[in-house]
Amino acid sequence: MRCIAFFVLFIFASSINLTVLHAETPEEKGLSIAMEAERRNDGFGDFTAEMVMVLKNRHGLESTREIRIKTLEVPGDGDKSISVFDNPRDVKGTAFLTFSHKVGDDDQWLYLPALKRVKRISSSNKSGSFMGSEFAYEDIASQEVEKYTYKYIRDEVCDGRDCFVIEQYPIHPKSGYTRQVVWLDKAEYRPFRIDYYDRKDSLLKTLTFKGYKQYLGRYWRASEMYMLNHQTGKSTRLLWKDYKFRTGLKERDFNKNALKRAR
Amino acid sequence: MKRNLFLKGVAVATLFLISLSTPVIRQVQAGEWSGYIAAEARIFLHAPGLPEQENHSTSVSFKPEYYHEWVNGARSFTFTPYLRLDSADRERSHFDIRELFYLMVYENYEVGIGVRKVFWGVTESQHLVDIVNQTDLVDAFDEEEKLGQPMINVSVPGEWGILDLFILPYFRERTFQGKEGRLRLPLVVDTDQAVYESSAGEYHTDLALRWSHYIGDWELAVSHFRGTGREPTLLAGTNPEGEPVLVPFYEQINQTGVEAQKIWGEWLWKLEAIVRSGQGDTYGAWTGGFEYTFIGIGGTMMDLGVLGEWSHDTRGDEATTPFENDLMFGLRLTANDIASTEALAGIVQDMDTTARSIYIESSRRFGDHLKVIVEARTFLDLPRDDRFYAISNDDFIQLDLAYYF
Repeated sequence: MRCIAFFVLFIFASSINLTVLHAETPEEKGLSIAMEAERRNDGFGDFTAEMVMVLKNRHGLESTREIRIKTLEVPGDGDKSISVFDNPRDVKGTAFLTFSHKVGDDDQWLYLPALKRVKRISSSNKSGSFMGSEFAYEDIASQEVEKYTYKYIRDEVCDGRDCFVIEQYPIHPKSGYTRQVVWLDKAEYRPFRIDYYDRKDSLLKTLTFKGYKQYLGRYWRASEMYMLNHQTGKSTRLLWKDYKFRTGLKERDFNKNALKRAR
Repeated sequence: MKRNLFLKGVAVATLFLISLSTPVIRQVQAGEWSGYIAAEARIFLHAPGLPEQENHSTSVSFKPEYYHEWVNGARSFTFTPYLRLDSADRERSHFDIRELFYLMVYENYEVGIGVRKVFWGVTESQHLVDIVNQTDLVDAFDEEEKLGQPMINVSVPGEWGILDLFILPYFRERTFQGKEGRLRLPLVVDTDQAVYESSAGEYHTDLALRWSHYIGDWELAVSHFRGTGREPTLLAGTNPEGEPVLVPFYEQINQTGVEAQKIWGEWLWKLEAIVRSGQGDTYGAWTGGFEYTFIGIGGTMMDLGVLGEWSHDTRGDEATTPFENDLMFGLRLTANDIASTEALAGIVQDMDTTARSIYIESSRRFGDHLKVIVEARTFLDLPRDDRFYAISNDDFIQLDLAYYF
């Protein structure tokens, strides 16, 4: 009997515990959504991909950049990556090596092929434009849970799916944003839309994700990302192709020597 | 003569490498070509100070690059010839092999064999530590262009940084402006009469070693070079016609260099220093300074960089470079626009005299393939006893139009 009494008590205690969990604050719920999104992306190992970046100004004038990307997942820290330009031709071979970190500034190097020079560059430039595009450096940097604080806002339908809407607040003081509003689908925790609010808290940009494809039966990647700057009317479209996962990349494929021969 | 010998050697090496790679090429896709062809117009603002010199020059340059790789880039072949034809200066019309090498990448090291270009250093106003490749002075007055250097390079990356060993079996002579060329010393440097301290001449095998690493926000490197100095001492001589000329003398030197750069938010702090022995008395020289970047100035996408560097040479007035005690201050504007518009304005002030130089460089892309570069440079208040006094008349504006493919 006593055993049963204990058992009942245990169930009771557990249910209290559960009630506490269910009464989580919007901040806790926001964080747990972000963590679940990251968890679902864990373990991809490495990938390579090609990206076409189409820049468009207010008058509709277009310019294209072609970039190849290699990324290595680093357990317990941010990813390592190399991005190499193929187009425009005058910057062909120009490449970036980034060691991103969950906490603190990323380490970043730039390779200039005409001079054969590797330059360590400051990564405190968060809000600056990446190669003239509407993407800031912080938008294309490895997205780590630790880089923001969170708040769950509401549920809403996005892109015809049930979605969470959360806000994330950059921790880095040099970020160009006060907040980002993110729409993620409940089924797969994939972002479908991000609204970026500038330092004055006015809507600056909207990023939309399209054409999700699943790789290795687990990892979702969008094949199109469209960033519209509401304040200038300029836009940048990223078209992703040729995703390959677990290609066998190693740490040694991400150092200054590898950067110089990345081409 | 020597140049011909070098080119013959290079031609043999090319045939050898191509014959090596041909059977493999057939098995996979062909390699790729890229590069540029450019036209340049240079207008000098003052009448020449020397009788043979011209008022303006036009030139074309062509730099194609062939690249082919196998085994996912673990083996690769690169060939980059370079040609410039100049209307005014016969010496400036020249051909060079900038690169011609085979690269083998193994699990824990890589080996490059052939003609290559490497860069060492962190500062902007001059490159004290950078010694492996010879300066192609006739090609670019600012010493930013280099000649291809034959080498065997073994590079070992590890947790402790990257260690590079260079075996340099053949020496490349510095190029100098010819009789008709502007931006030169009053006497022509007669490169045909080059003399060497080493009895092996240009076949002396030079050695270089460099360790580089990064620790947090620090970027560090230490290097040592032993062999034929890249920067000749210029001696008084006469050419076969009996006219006075300068004769380049290449000493055997030892040079130890250090490089350091610290990132501190938007600040970059930089230092390069060398100690060189074998060229006159042992001396030291250093360049140190900063670069600060204002991001998104005035709410625009534009960045503005402010650069300041101070160079010092313990030889003082005896220094063979123009940087014996000089301050450089510059502004770099990066528009971050579709056309990648950039502009750099700078002033170099001699701290011991009134001499200074002001320059502006700006570039912009048009469409996907064309790039326009404008450069202007003026030399002000050089004292008559300055060894570079002759360039006082050589203020110029230069326009480059390059097509990249």
